[in-house]
Amino acid sequence: MDLSAINPVLLIASLMVAATPLLLAAIGELVVEKAGVLNLGVEGMMIIGAICGFAIAVESSSPLLGLIAAMIGGAVLSLLFAFLTQVALANQVASGLALTLFGLGLSALMGQSYVGVKPPAMAKLDLPILSDLPIIGPILFSHDPVLYFGIGLTAAIWALLKFSRIGLILRAVGENAEAAHALGYHVVRVRIMAILFGGACAGLGGAYISLIRVPQWTEGMTAGIGWIALALVVFASWKPWRVLLGAYLFGGINVLQLNLQAAGIAIPVEYLAMSPYLITILVLVIMSADKSRAPASLGKIFHASQ
Amino acid sequence: MKFTKLMATAAVVAMGLATNALAEKTKVGFVYVGPVGDGGWTYEHDQGRKAVVEAFGDDVETVYVENVPEGPDAERVMTQMALEGADLIFTTSFGYMDQTINVAKKFPKVKFEHATGYKTAENVSVYSARFYEGRAVQGHIAGNMTESNIIGYIASFPIPEVIRGINSAYIHAKKVNPDVEFKIIWAYTWFDPAKEADAAKALIEQGADVILQHTDSTAPQAAAQAAGNVVTFGQASDMGEYAPFPRVSSIIDDWAPYYIARTKAVMDGSWSTVNTWDGIGAGMVGIGEISDRVPADVKAEALAMVEKLASGEYHAFTGPINKQDGTPWLAEGETASDGDLAGMSFYVEGLVGDVPN
Repeated sequence: MDLSAINPVLLIASLMVAATPLLLAAIGELVVEKAGVLNLGVEGMMIIGAICGFAIAVESSSPLLGLIAAMIGGAVLSLLFAFLTQVALANQVASGLALTLFGLGLSALMGQSYVGVKPPAMAKLDLPILSDLPIIGPILFSHDPVLYFGIGLTAAIWALLKFSRIGLILRAVGENAEAAHALGYHVVRVRIMAILFGGACAGLGGAYISLIRVPQWTEGMTAGIGWIALALVVFASWKPWRVLLGAYLFGGINVLQLNLQAAGIAIPVEYLAMSPYLITILVLVIMSADKSRAPASLGKIFHASQ
Repeated sequence: MKFTKLMATAAVVAMGLATNALAEKTKVGFVYVGPVGDGGWTYEHDQGRKAVVEAFGDDVETVYVENVPEGPDAERVMTQMALEGADLIFTTSFGYMDQTINVAKKFPKVKFEHATGYKTAENVSVYSARFYEGRAVQGHIAGNMTESNIIGYIASFPIPEVIRGINSAYIHAKKVNPDVEFKIIWAYTWFDPAKEADAAKALIEQGADVILQHTDSTAPQAAAQAAGNVVTFGQASDMGEYAPFPRVSSIIDDWAPYYIARTKAVMDGSWSTVNTWDGIGAGMVGIGEISDRVPADVKAEALAMVEKLASGEYHAFTGPINKQDGTPWLAEGETASDGDLAGMSFYVEGLVGDVPN
């Protein structure tokens, strides 16, 4: 065992990168679920975001355009879900699962000519003095902009839900759609907007994997992160900061356990491999002992005539 | 009346033709563990499937299902294929072993072929390639190329096939570079690009300047390319898009001849249970072009080794080799038996860490 082989600064820097796609997708899904809609299509929207972002970034050689395209791609796919569940009043669970299957298939088709292509690199933040600071520089000041965006978004969503009128309406729609409707709020419109937002976030999370974290296009490359994001929202009791904590815990322990393995630590590999799931769930379950619960209308279909 | 009768006759004839056509067609099913576009393992199996289609044209119909998890769900997929009339089913991952045996019991007339496993039955054959021969060549090049003397190895699951690969690579790296050290990460997945990239980055951060992988995606290649000075090898497929550097060579699985031969055997009724284990000599394992970034003398040595492995003059596990705990395994000049190799569950002397159970 040689723990000195692990550089803690590099470790923290790479765990932040590992956590970001999960954080983005989970924050988007949190908003959707706060509006009372359960969209199980996160994985599908992520992978569509991954290929849309990748394709546009390669064609335009601009990573920024790629990220925007990824958000649009994810949102467009979620529009399909919005139509099915909000207009056609289809079952949300089935529609969400279908969205994932559809997204995986469509992305494989779209990505056929992009296998093995190298995307343009995303410039990292490079602040003259701050980035060169020892320890703090690599951890805090030398990442790609999307990583900061993820943290900023978490703060913004938290503030929005807690302090703003929009947040209040969103929560009202999610808690009691009939009451919100009776007050004159357009439930379906609010929900569609929430779904679109969730789609854009998932798409961005997917593109983060294909453009920054890996970076390449491979079929099915999100490999289940969307499902972990869904679980994370529940274990985080629908609270933005806990989603951030959960994402960093999960991403962090994942990177840490890989590093511990490489350093040859004397813990059986099986325990290391399952530790991210175990510890994240444990921590968040203990934290959610304060009886926070799901939005009351979660997963229920609403129509103004009912 | 006459018209309806005509229609009915036509329908009967048409149906007769259709069933005839169906009966003549041999239906071959493939169960894949990853997507066909993974650029590695599943990609090569799908190339084999396409070769079957090309060889037999209209006489054969192929079906495949991608991303089938190694668990109960695989049984469902195989059952579905058998119910839909498949005559021959290839299950292309180690983790389908028990499921293949279970489903084969239920469909005694359907032939099954399980890749990289060791359980056979009346209607179940197993086939695998001697990837460890390719690993020996990789180890030789890796031991010569490393400057930090740290070689990273991204392993998938602790099964004999993967352990053989690690041992073979280590033995041959050690031979040319006594100071070499292996850092091994078990990813517990065949295909997860993000995780494979993280594993590669962790190894690089800990000083590895050569990465060997036994996972299926090209993500570690991209991570090595980003790092700049790290050598990689293509796994299962050539991964030539990362040549000449970081990818300096590769192990290529060529399943096409085997798949064609076995489909032919089902067609002419000569199919019987076999246990096929072919290597470089038979062409099931190919060594991708060694790029110019490898020094010429190392390249020549590697190619000479490929020759000797192919002709059988040299065996990748030739003694003296001790097990990790120092107990002797192979005496001077002794070569490993296939039985020993098939069930290999120990590291050879010099490797650090334990094999997970």
